[in-house]
Amino acid sequence: MSDAKTMATRATPSGAVGRSIPRLEARAKVTGRAEYMHNLRLPGMLYGKIFRSTVAHGRIKRIDVSAAQTVNGVHRVVTGEDIRAVIPDPHYGPAFHDQPILAFEKVRYVGEPVVVVLAADPHVAEEAAQQIVAEYDELPAVFDEVEAMNSEAIVHEVLKPAGTFPDLKHLQGRRDTNIALDYHLRRGDVARAFAEADHVFEHTFRTQQVLHVPLEPFVTAVDPADSAVTIYTASQSPSFVRTEIARLLGWPENRVRVKVPYLGGGFGAKLYIKLEALVTALALLARRPVKISLSMEEQFYTLTKHASTLRIKSAVTKDGRITGRECEVWWNGGAYADIGPRITQKSGFTAPGPYDIENVHIDSYALYTNLPPAGALRGFGIPQLVWAYESHSDMIARELEMDPLEFRRKNILRNGRPQATGTVMRDAAIDTVLERLAARMDWERPFDRGTGTVRRGRGIAIGFKAVISPTTSVSIVNVYADGTCSVYCSTVDMGQGSDTAMAQIAAEALGVPVESVAVVHPDTDVTPYDMATLGSRSTYHMGHAVRLAAGDARDKLLALARELGLSAETTPVPELFRKKYGMQAGNVVGVGSFIPSYTPTNHETGLSANVTPFWMVGAAGAEVEVDTETGHVRVTRLINVVDAGRPINPRIVETQLSGAALMQLGFTLFEKMNFDAGQVTNASLADYKILGILDIPLSIENEAVDAEQASGPFGAKGVGESGTFGVSPAVANAIDDAVGVRLTSLPLTPEAVYRALRAAQGAPLPED
Amino acid sequence: MSATLRTIRFTLNGEPVTAQVAPHRNLVELLQEGFGLFGARESCGQGLCGCCTVLVNGAAVSGCLYLASLVDGAEVVTIEHAAAGGALDAVQQAFIACGAFQCGFCTPGFVLMTRQLLDEKPDPTEDEIRHYLSGNLCRCAAYPEIIEAVKLAARKRKPN
Repeated sequence: MSDAKTMATRATPSGAVGRSIPRLEARAKVTGRAEYMHNLRLPGMLYGKIFRSTVAHGRIKRIDVSAAQTVNGVHRVVTGEDIRAVIPDPHYGPAFHDQPILAFEKVRYVGEPVVVVLAADPHVAEEAAQQIVAEYDELPAVFDEVEAMNSEAIVHEVLKPAGTFPDLKHLQGRRDTNIALDYHLRRGDVARAFAEADHVFEHTFRTQQVLHVPLEPFVTAVDPADSAVTIYTASQSPSFVRTEIARLLGWPENRVRVKVPYLGGGFGAKLYIKLEALVTALALLARRPVKISLSMEEQFYTLTKHASTLRIKSAVTKDGRITGRECEVWWNGGAYADIGPRITQKSGFTAPGPYDIENVHIDSYALYTNLPPAGALRGFGIPQLVWAYESHSDMIARELEMDPLEFRRKNILRNGRPQATGTVMRDAAIDTVLERLAARMDWERPFDRGTGTVRRGRGIAIGFKAVISPTTSVSIVNVYADGTCSVYCSTVDMGQGSDTAMAQIAAEALGVPVESVAVVHPDTDVTPYDMATLGSRSTYHMGHAVRLAAGDARDKLLALARELGLSAETTPVPELFRKKYGMQAGNVVGVGSFIPSYTPTNHETGLSANVTPFWMVGAAGAEVEVDTETGHVRVTRLINVVDAGRPINPRIVETQLSGAALMQLGFTLFEKMNFDAGQVTNASLADYKILGILDIPLSIENEAVDAEQASGPFGAKGVGESGTFGVSPAVANAIDDAVGVRLTSLPLTPEAVYRALRAAQGAPLPED
Repeated sequence: MSATLRTIRFTLNGEPVTAQVAPHRNLVELLQEGFGLFGARESCGQGLCGCCTVLVNGAAVSGCLYLASLVDGAEVVTIEHAAAGGALDAVQQAFIACGAFQCGFCTPGFVLMTRQLLDEKPDPTEDEIRHYLSGNLCRCAAYPEIIEAVKLAARKRKPN
């Protein structure tokens, strides 16, 4: 099982940071009393149930809601046209304003919301929604990301970039294309590298659509007042919700309040706008509070992880040095862009992998298709890229008859060397992570390869990620007259333990016990701006903001002591307040704001001298048993090693690391959304299997290597995604090692393995 | 949906209670709407994830599939049922000590199933733990920590 001893306790002198204290909310979670959105009931509240599109692409001919309207207990039936009474241009999205609150004129995927029924009883709303009839003129649809490049089917007639990001401006008004964004990187002379290479290797890899499946499905409630709204929502991005809803309504931000309790999981699903715009419009139309709780099935129609196709070509010398690499990546974004264009670029530039390669050429494309929209899922595109480049690494090593570890050692990107963008690597312990993984795997020792029908193999893989930049976090630390304090921050605790980490950071910077620090949950009328809880950015960005806010409060307390002529060292904080205000009264408020320095990538070359404030590094090692009679793969040992800087809370870091790797193991071995003409055919946990307790490897080991992010708060950096990076290719490499077959598409199901075994024996199975 | 309401009487976390229920109401809805108890949560809606676990006459059931009217005369225990003084039991303490959850949405179900497991088998093997808890899903995948917590709880519950 997990090896707690490896997570060295590296506590700071005052001891708040670097200590594995239990989560602040631990008691509330084991007693069932933790506050989640589904607990909320508002007086007079209506429930909404959504009627969804049954075609992948079509013009709406007719919507008949007459039967639904007559169902006893129905308050109102709302269509896309009705929404325009309160939001004239009802299109939203973080990168493109392409997604309508309810479909009007067109539908672009099966499952797209078309009509909502409101009723005080959710069962009534559900029954009425089933009586709605819609007719469509079907249009040609496109589902595959590579086909979408040149398809006759055009998902959006015209591109509508949001204007939020300056590097998307050139796309404004572009017509008749499914390419939402193309990102290109040009470094060195790739053509020459290929011409001069001893060997050229080219492979194509694919990944499948999978789903976040937070056990708490999407849920939002909105309480409308006379000239303001309060949005209660399970969201990872309260500040974004406020800004975007204010924009849609044409209201100032101070009339839109967004409150977020604990989340029952997020994993990138609950970002930007999901139900918030719809429920806001419904509440304004109904003039009553409205709540929508999606069912598990409906999550499958809301946001997925990008399927992708990746072509990768390498120029390699005879002694195993990579001299050039060309990557082409097609991301299947589904019907609405969501954050896909950012993934295309911000992850796209790491497509060549954590290797020191002189000549690099990357083309990365975000494609619209007629599938449910895709967005961020624990890695922001990185697991798809690592799947390709680390499968490719082993395939090259095998061809060259080199040890896969040696091949990686020979090419690894070291600190002080430029990454593909030109940014010089700093505080990225790539080589250390690789060596710690090799040591834990006992790579040099002979390995038991199994006998008979059960063959054993092992594989490794390593990946890296740049944190998305530049982004802003602001925090307030409020010291009360009894000496306790609260941290106000809009970071959402969705299970990653941010409340606890922020309390530890505040305690450290303020010099008080962690037990005296509380964390105020996101409430945009109270807690300051934060870009969002995503991409492993909170520990670094909000961590800095909290550290600065606590430092500011500390400075103000010291100034207060000086003003009162008291010794700051010996006077208890409550004494300062009593002396100043004559009683237990008053506050000392510290403020901290953080944005890292950043140089945007050049539009022509994709290069930047300062592309990210920090790098995350994650490697995985897998030992597997493959049953040659059934194709069944059993992962017997999974080792996860990362550079997370200096952990704020080692125990929580280990759980994050292990949980990320296990989630990715499900994506590796069996999770897959199946589609028939754009219709998801396995939209339930009965048909879409997620990882259960029987699926975990017998042995899991996790390690955050001894490292420090010099620019991070107390040496820390993000960790939520790093555990996902290496898992899929490590398992595929281990399967190849065990039975000599190479799978290039995820998931690595028994059927896929068995088909490959039969093909290798010259007796392929017929296709379905 | 003008269903006939029926009056049921049952024991909820040790207290006798009555409720008016429609025939289609499930146990999770009854606990949430009638009693403000939110620890049993509907997630998959198919009885596959264990988030809605409730004990009825001492046996764990999926509250999202269990009709509310069936608890008439029964003894119902939810995660909110606390010992006197609000003390945590050995299982809850072990889940905290081992950090056996992240988002916490599935935790009540795991705690209730673990209690039932340890009542039946005070000293389960790792294999028995995995099989007994295989009907509970944790998307944060804190499974290794959960297994550790069950073992710790078993040790804590042993009479000294």
